[in-house]
This record gives sequence, C-alpha cells and structure tokens, in this order.
Amino acid sequence: MSDTADKVKKIVVEHLGVEESKVTTEASFIDDLGADSLDTVELVMAFEEAFGVEIPDDAAEKITTVKDAIDYIEKQKSA
Amino acid sequence: MFRLDGKVALVTGATGGIGAAIATALHAQGATVAITGRREAELAALAEALGGERVLMAPADLADPAAPAALVEKVEGAHGALDILVNNAGFTRDMLALRMGDADWNAVLEVDLTAPFRLARAALRGMMKRRSGRIVSIASIVGVTGNAGQANYAAAKAGLIGMSKSLAQEVATRGVTVNVVAPGFVKTAMTDALPEAARTALLSRIPTQRMGSPEDIAGAVAYLASPEAAWVTGQTIHVNGGMAMI
Repeated sequence: MSDTADKVKKIVVEHLGVEESKVTTEASFIDDLGADSLDTVELVMAFEEAFGVEIPDDAAEKITTVKDAIDYIEKQKSA
Repeated sequence: MFRLDGKVALVTGATGGIGAAIATALHAQGATVAITGRREAELAALAEALGGERVLMAPADLADPAAPAALVEKVEGAHGALDILVNNAGFTRDMLALRMGDADWNAVLEVDLTAPFRLARAALRGMMKRRSGRIVSIASIVGVTGNAGQANYAAAKAGLIGMSKSLAQEVATRGVTVNVVAPGFVKTAMTDALPEAARTALLSRIPTQRMGSPEDIAGAVAYLASPEAAWVTGQTIHVNGGMAMI
C-alpha cells in the first residue's frame, strides 16, 4: 500500500472514530463509515492540510470513498 | 461562573461604545482579547485601559474582503487559537428607501452582514477542529421590528439572525454555539446625536425608561461566550429595556 493510502486511512480513522479494519479502500464515507455532510467537509479540510494540496469544491463533491481521496491526492502530487 | 480564563476572543468594532464594553467584559472574565477597529489611536487607548496584558491590537477595515480571514489568521498565529468571535462592528447609513442608492445599501450589507459571515467562516475552521467555540453577533432590535429610514441596516441585522441560526445548525455537533445579542437603544455617540425631542419620544417607548448602557449588552455577550451557555445555540437574546418583547 502506498504512503498516501496509509495516511488517508489514518486521517479517516481519526476523524470519523471508526475501526481501522472498516476503512477499506472501497469504503464510502457516508454509506459505510457513517459520516454526515459536515464530516466529509472536515475530511477534505484535513486532507488539504495533511498533503498540502487544494481540493476545490467541485472535486471535493466527487470524493465519496477512500479510494476517491487517495486517487485525487496522488494525481495532485504527481501533477 | 462565566469565567473565560485561557480563552482567546476577537471583538470587531472594539473602538465603538458597545465594542469596547464587550472587550472589557470578556477581558475581565479572564479572556485574552484581540481588538479590531479602523481607528488605531482609539484601539491603543482601549488596550491601555485594559492594562496592556492579554490584549492584541488588530486594526482592520472590514470593508476589505480579505480582512476577515487575515484577522483570524493573525489571532490564531499570535495565540494559537480563536475561541470566541464577537461580530460587533457595524455602521448605519440611514435614509428613506426612495432615496437609498445601491451604494448605500451595499456598503451597509457588506460591513454589517457579509464581513461577519466571512469572519465566522474563517473562525469555524479551527473551532470545529477543536470541538469548541463561540460565535456571538451583535444585531439590533430593528432587525426584528424594522425602522423607517433603516432598510439597509435592518436587513443586515435580520440577516445576522438568519445566518446565525443556519450556522448554529451546521456546527452544533462540534461543540460550537452561534448566537445573537440584539440591543435596543443604547447610549452611545450614535444615540447622543439624536435631537432632544426624538430622545424623549424614544424613552416613552422603553418600559424601563432609560437607554441601555454598553455594559448591559456586554453582560449578555459574556454569558453567551461562557462555558455555562453550552446548550444555548441559534438564539437571539433581546437586551432592550423591554422595548420589544419577542
């Protein structure tokens, strides 16, 4: 697993207070991990801070799963 | 009760009568206060009156769209956190609607409503992260009752109430409360400028038969800022001598 994936999952575990085993790559923040809309905004803010990237609103809307977040951040970092 | 030791507060419009009283009250409860206004000399005088300790001078003009975020950054940079935001700054540009130009409308809305929103947005980031925070906005009785000649000001003040209720719902689960204090007629430079006849007419409409003092308003703010007010959110406390019972 990549460093980005590790770090993303760690942030999700911390913010949503869920068990690490539940945070699979395919997990949806809202459907699988019990996040509400405010949680997802906070997650995006945490990703921005942790990775030093900016995630505009239209991109943030499309980040609904752990994988979405990892892919978006890796794409930004390699850009 | 109502102690604010270790808390950091930002009070906008601190050079005005009510703003200075709010800053003084929060400071007396133990908070560190960042005071903002356009007039630096008066900010310095207030800082000195507060004894110079636990005070941060942060001159700013809230008509500048970049000022709110910069202010919050400055306070968080200096003190690590912003726990209490008091949106007090505001001004009037009164005239009957028929004569009110777009510029008169926009200028009041910009400073009295948009700037508080920008400040709240900037402050909420850290507050939500820390799972604690207080936002108190100073509205006005006229935001609820209306007042001839103040369509712009009344709209802005009513807007603060609606904004605060919405923000309160958004962040309630994060330990952040958002409330409003709506003063009635308070003795300040603004009301001192009223002609004698107008003042007498005004007093006849106030059951307590006196104008409010800035301290009357500051007490309500200090309460809402305190840990004891944790279960009060989305509310408007009317402090008006009974002039309107809402």
